[in-house]
Amino acid sequence: MNRYPRWKYLLLIVVLSVGAIYSLPNLFGDDPAVQVSSARGFELDPGISAVVEQTAADTGVELKAIDLTAERLLARVRGSEAQLKLADALRDQLGDAYVVALNLAPATPAWLRVLSARPMVLGLDLQGGVHFLMQVDMDTARVQQNERFVDDIRNLLRDERIRYRSVRAESGAIVAELRTEEDRQTALAEIGSQIPELELESFDSSETFDIRARVRPEVITELQRTALEQNITTLRNRVNELGVAEPAIQQQGSDRIVVQLPGVQDTAEAKRILGATATLEYRAVDEQNDPYEAARTGRVPPQSKLYTDRQGNPILLSRRMIASGDNLTSAAAGFDQQSGSPNVSVTLDAIGARRMLEFTNENVGNRMAVVFIEQRPVTREVDGEQVRESRRVEEVISVAVVREPFGRQFQTTGLDSARGASQLALLLRAGALAAPMEIIEERTVGPSLGADNIEQGFNSVIIGFCLVLVLMLVYYKVFGLVANMALTVNVVMIFALLSMIGATLTLPGIAGIVLTVGMAVDANVLIFERIKEEMRLGNSPLASIRAGYEKAFSTIADANVTTLIAALVLFMFGTGPVKGFAVTLSLGIVTSMFTAIFGTRAVVHLIYGRRKRVQSLSI
Amino acid sequence: MDIIRNDTHIDFMGWRKIALIFSAVLLLASLGALLARGLNFGLDFTGGTLVEVSYPTAPELNQIRQALADAGYENFTVQTFGTAREIVLRLPVEVAAEEGADVTTAALEALQSVDPDVVVRRVEFVGPQIGEELANQGGLAMLYALAGILLYVSFRFQWRFAVGAVAALVHDVIIVVGALALFQLSFALTVVAAILAVLGYSLNDTIVVYDRLRENFRTRRKGSAVELTNLSINQMLSRTLMTSLTTLMVLIALFYFGGEIIHAFAYTLIIGVVVGTYSSIFIASTAAIVLGVSKQDLMPVVKEGADQPDVEVLPERFRN
Repeated sequence: MNRYPRWKYLLLIVVLSVGAIYSLPNLFGDDPAVQVSSARGFELDPGISAVVEQTAADTGVELKAIDLTAERLLARVRGSEAQLKLADALRDQLGDAYVVALNLAPATPAWLRVLSARPMVLGLDLQGGVHFLMQVDMDTARVQQNERFVDDIRNLLRDERIRYRSVRAESGAIVAELRTEEDRQTALAEIGSQIPELELESFDSSETFDIRARVRPEVITELQRTALEQNITTLRNRVNELGVAEPAIQQQGSDRIVVQLPGVQDTAEAKRILGATATLEYRAVDEQNDPYEAARTGRVPPQSKLYTDRQGNPILLSRRMIASGDNLTSAAAGFDQQSGSPNVSVTLDAIGARRMLEFTNENVGNRMAVVFIEQRPVTREVDGEQVRESRRVEEVISVAVVREPFGRQFQTTGLDSARGASQLALLLRAGALAAPMEIIEERTVGPSLGADNIEQGFNSVIIGFCLVLVLMLVYYKVFGLVANMALTVNVVMIFALLSMIGATLTLPGIAGIVLTVGMAVDANVLIFERIKEEMRLGNSPLASIRAGYEKAFSTIADANVTTLIAALVLFMFGTGPVKGFAVTLSLGIVTSMFTAIFGTRAVVHLIYGRRKRVQSLSI
Repeated sequence: MDIIRNDTHIDFMGWRKIALIFSAVLLLASLGALLARGLNFGLDFTGGTLVEVSYPTAPELNQIRQALADAGYENFTVQTFGTAREIVLRLPVEVAAEEGADVTTAALEALQSVDPDVVVRRVEFVGPQIGEELANQGGLAMLYALAGILLYVSFRFQWRFAVGAVAALVHDVIIVVGALALFQLSFALTVVAAILAVLGYSLNDTIVVYDRLRENFRTRRKGSAVELTNLSINQMLSRTLMTSLTTLMVLIALFYFGGEIIHAFAYTLIIGVVVGTYSSIFIASTAAIVLGVSKQDLMPVVKEGADQPDVEVLPERFRN
């Protein structure tokens, strides 16, 4: 009677242990840590660990551990005093190329980290921080794109010596007015072959023969995609300036970007930095004069300006600019088809292309440099008062020899690695013209409110949980105790699953857990009531148990599936915190099915199943 | 231990006219409250700016109002929040539309001028374009949830049950929203989440009763649809009340200990659970009966080649 197969017990034990292991990391708290990452979003050089170790030894800070990934290095220390000391020392040591931030590293023991068990991430409403939603102004981006095409068409007509009356952007299209039908036919052919991004149609006005050009839809989609990507890249670079430990920058929808900065309090500063501007300039290298001499004597030739390249060598660049970031349409890292070595292919707009062609025609064999220019906001102290101003930072990011004349499209080759290529492409894009952005949503939670939210959230979980435990125990006695065990396991499993999928715990997420605690016992209530009913019908206790579980199952499944539908809809339509609620609610439904049906049955069987005769049930 | 006797024989269906009148009154009152007072839409939907700060000592509200007026703001509200030291400032969406996100910086500076040691608790700025979108999304979410439920219940039971379940859900939502209008609780995004959770909960209760109804229709030869419905509700009564009780207990814990932000959320769910429990007993089944549910509707589909015996389909081992 009531035989319960061994594999079910095994499965239960496996699930229980997995649940226990993966929820464990949440109990260990955090170590104070110093985080080092590249200011430009590059991958870290493995050698950085040695530098950090040396700096720690020099300042007398004892390191607990160093965790190094491609993006960041986390040096754990003992106590916040050591943390501040090490951070200051590292800032001096590493300079502008790196961002040094204070962070908390989960103090998960090594044996758990081996199993990649990690604690839940707390949402901004629990740990404090600021959330921005930025709208990318695609209309302006499209207008700018149309204007670039107007330039392209003008240049093309001029180059091909086709006389035109006007070329202008007009209500989302580009209109070219030509004087004769013959001119129009040539223009159509030329534009069609040279600028494939445009769809062309002819129409006649009273005096002129006109062409209307529209940007192809797929080109517009591509523009939106790259504009968004460029803006995200630019934002990443800016956010790095803030020294935020774990910023999150993500696309939302087709034209929005979410920026989350945990721990940031000064939102004014954050807004200023996010709104900072960057650009880049292509300049000729001054090959006539010796840069080392100029650096040593300080006498710089009047037509040149002294820069330092990334290796720290001086370099003289012409004051005349060839092209700027405004002219750059795209930059992508790739591989050279002939040599297979990494390269970056760059596309310029019409104006940039013309200037580039003029320059490269005369300068084959000479070098050309790219300067990255950024307006960085800085806070200075003047007469005891803080003055905010922006500082112009210029950096030479690439120097290359012109092999042959080129214009609109060209490649920078001879880069040392694929990483170097992607870094250069990233910087070029960061300085390129992207669509303007605007903050359309801001949510800031102060650290005191965050702490209150955690406390209140967990208090309500614990109090609600205990109330349910007491009620179940009083009402269902031994069976209530079994249900309580299942409920406890259920909560542990929710925490384990949330930790495993790397979900972010928010206040509504906690509310979801609380609600799950209340509703999770439903399955057991259904089963227990059914058992009571079967007993009243005069069935034997063991038969009643079996019938109770079997008959209640379809009811439980139906009821839970419908609740799951509501939770899934919430997940699809919800944003941010509401999504968190939906996630915990859905997980809770699934785990409660497992623990309340599978789990309790195993325990009930352990209690009653082995006895030969059961006279009554404690239910 | 039984809080209520398990073998109750309450004539719920006999009360169905009274219940329908009661529900009608509740629905009218809710619609009345909605029309008369309207919903107190929160920042999520209207757009606008909210700044919550905590001063070291309770500040003079007039001083704060003066500072804001000096900063050039007109249509703002300043209230205490929880304690006298905590202040909430609200600015209308027009300001947000005009100044963009810089408004929060300017408003904070004005609040700081009263006392520089003010601590920022919460800043929310929602641009005008967001509010409308969220409202649309919330409405759509509700419709999709109802459609999904309608489909699932039609598939698992029968269309009359699906219509009955959805009628009960619409009933619940209107009453919950009416209660929110009556007490002018802030209708935020989390409240939409709570209403969807109420849908899930109320449906859960309804499905449990339907499930039993289906079982009784299939296994009992005697009894009219009304009698069997009565029987099913009575059989499930102790379960319905027990689950509502545990859920209400955790919600009350959330209401009292969860803090101000979760207040409206917990409140919505409490009303929703009470109304949902009531509707699953009195409305959902009544609606199915009114629509003419009969035993034939729920008979299992006869499998080819298998004779369907006209006896109780209980397996041997469950028989008395």
